[in-house]
Amino acid sequence: MGKIEWAMWANEQALAAGLIYATGGIVGVAGQFRGWQFACFGIAAGVFVCLLEYPRSKRGKGTSVERTGQYCFTVCVKAFGPLTRNYYVRAFLHAALCVPGGFMLATVLGCVCLGIGSLIYLSAAIHGEHWEPILPRREPPKRVGDSIKEPPQNPPPRPPPEHRRKKADKLEAAAYDNPMSVTVNE
Amino acid sequence: MGNFAANEGLSIFVILVWLGINVFLFVYFYLAFLIERYYYTRVILGHALSWARAPAACLNFNCMLILLPVCRNLLSFLRGSIQYCSRTAARQLDRNLTFHKLVAYMIAFHTAIHIIAHLFNFERFMDSQLMINSSYLPYVLSQMGNNDNRSYLNPIRTNETNPTIVMFTTIAGLTGVVITLALILIITSSMEVIRRSYFEVFWFTHHLFILFFIGLVLHGVGRIVRGQTLESVKVHNPDECHSQFETWGKNGTNCPEPVFAGNPPMTWKWVVGPMILYVCERLVRFYRSQQKVVITKVVMHPSKTLELQMKKKGFKMEVGQYVFIQCPSISQLEWHPFTLTSAPEEDHLSVHIRIVGDWTQALYTACGGDKTVVMDAWTLPKVAVDGPFGTASEDVFRYEVVMLVGAGIGVTPFASVLKSVWYKHVQENKNVFTKKIYFYWLCPETQAFEWFADLLQSLERQMMEKDMSDFLSYNIYLTRWKDAEAAHFRVQYEAEDDPITGLKQKTLYGKPNWDNEFSAIATQHPGSKVGVFLCGPMALATALGKQCFSHTESGTEFIFNKENF
Repeated sequence: MGKIEWAMWANEQALAAGLIYATGGIVGVAGQFRGWQFACFGIAAGVFVCLLEYPRSKRGKGTSVERTGQYCFTVCVKAFGPLTRNYYVRAFLHAALCVPGGFMLATVLGCVCLGIGSLIYLSAAIHGEHWEPILPRREPPKRVGDSIKEPPQNPPPRPPPEHRRKKADKLEAAAYDNPMSVTVNE
Repeated sequence: MGNFAANEGLSIFVILVWLGINVFLFVYFYLAFLIERYYYTRVILGHALSWARAPAACLNFNCMLILLPVCRNLLSFLRGSIQYCSRTAARQLDRNLTFHKLVAYMIAFHTAIHIIAHLFNFERFMDSQLMINSSYLPYVLSQMGNNDNRSYLNPIRTNETNPTIVMFTTIAGLTGVVITLALILIITSSMEVIRRSYFEVFWFTHHLFILFFIGLVLHGVGRIVRGQTLESVKVHNPDECHSQFETWGKNGTNCPEPVFAGNPPMTWKWVVGPMILYVCERLVRFYRSQQKVVITKVVMHPSKTLELQMKKKGFKMEVGQYVFIQCPSISQLEWHPFTLTSAPEEDHLSVHIRIVGDWTQALYTACGGDKTVVMDAWTLPKVAVDGPFGTASEDVFRYEVVMLVGAGIGVTPFASVLKSVWYKHVQENKNVFTKKIYFYWLCPETQAFEWFADLLQSLERQMMEKDMSDFLSYNIYLTRWKDAEAAHFRVQYEAEDDPITGLKQKTLYGKPNWDNEFSAIATQHPGSKVGVFLCGPMALATALGKQCFSHTESGTEFIFNKENF
């Protein structure tokens, strides 16, 4: 547990805000409230924010926990390069997206939550954090076939000499049986 | 099946009762707003009124409940009283945090319904102010009370406004925004990822609950939910008079103008009790933290483990309990939980702390961990201890046969148990109910053995002296090793003492075959209740839980207890 990576909390907050924004928008459109155009925008912005925020970033220190099925989102978000990598861009993007929500009651909550998320992202950016994709580690493919063709170069590992000597009083317990009887050179 | 009921039955019952009360409150308050008094309110709002009031009642109930599971001193007190009646009931109190989270999710759910219903309410109130037409009942109703400030129905008093502005200028609206924001911030910072990585963010943001409760109590002060007064209903029956709205109050009608009033705030009645209990809880914690604690010994163990031995006047504990430790010189606000590794029979209390983060690292430095000279007692930092708080390990001695399973650092509560066992049998010679202990320790690395190995070695010696070597049967499993270490183990295979722990019983490699272990124990002890205690990761808990269910057969009953920090 070291210093907080603000981006992690900003990510949770922005994802929640996206859901709230979209829900408020759906209510506004379904109930045909005054200003339903803002509600439509709310749905679109909410869904966009959810898609952007779904893939978690790789942590600077420590193990990163992926969200279920986030790999395809990671690939899409990664494709935008510096736009999604930089948290200043994200902070300003969220701030801009949240403003129209303030014009209609149904989307106000989404607007404020997204605004808070934007502030936390700004804090993350000031602390120098950035978004890193979590990609599966590519292990080098195991080469099974090659080693069979070549004879071993080194003798097999054996315990050090003092252990190889059979103890006189433990002959029966000795693990190593000679294939032919050993006789003293006469 | 019987074991399942024994383990989980009471929890499921409690959850069902809680859900049942929620459903009852929802339906009851939904119907309570379909009565005559609210006829005219419903003319404007329709059923959205009931859809807002029903979750409000559930919110009152759940906000009352949410403070109770986190009053740990109260729970300890309850646990002490209950455990004389029923062990199972007392064990439910271990699941307080799970219940707290469930209630929190329910609060979030009902908040969502409440807000959506109110969105419709605001819109409909606004509509009825804007449809300026004296033949339109909602408009007529909205004009009532224009002369005096008390008897209006529609909280939106003018048509030159919009719902957003109304929300920010009414008490209910403003407090609603504040408490919803507080709730959302609390929830996002309580996500497991944040909680396990940056506990401080979780803990400090969680204190927004104070704002939440203040806002909650003030939320109804504006009396924005309005209906006809009872006196007005007596003289003006809505069912008969609603169609004659154009002639209300005029000469010759028997329908005087209806008079409206707001409902008084009710929430405070629900939450004032738990709020007082919680304030008492914090006061108790503060009082306990002021009691003097002296560090008598500091031991640095090789596996980045710090052992602190402390003395506190009047401190009483039982096996496997935990305490919260605060070090004001490191942080005034942080209290961290640690399992006690000392036995109740000892004259001091000890904890073994693994150094993983900021706070533990700072504690290590403050206790002179990186210095080689001996430190004077007065240079050691002042600490405060709150507790002890109860956990499942207290039940260990109530079983005849006991299986203790600890993974890695999860073995700490059992250190306390084993020490207590040693004291009870060897020194005090009491008639102990527990006849046999099977101890399993799963460890990923050899270094972690160091401090515990000493304890096991001394126990082994003592038991051999007292001729009781079959009282405790322990199995240590090394679950991970490097190739270089493996070579060393192979070499030392024939040595008499184990190369890692120095104990007579050899360390086993890999994970235990639980099926075999449980079968062996079941055969050895037919017809008895075997208590299975685990301190370790969830995956192991599931595996052991399954084994308990499947091996509980004729006679032998395996009862599973799990603790997790």
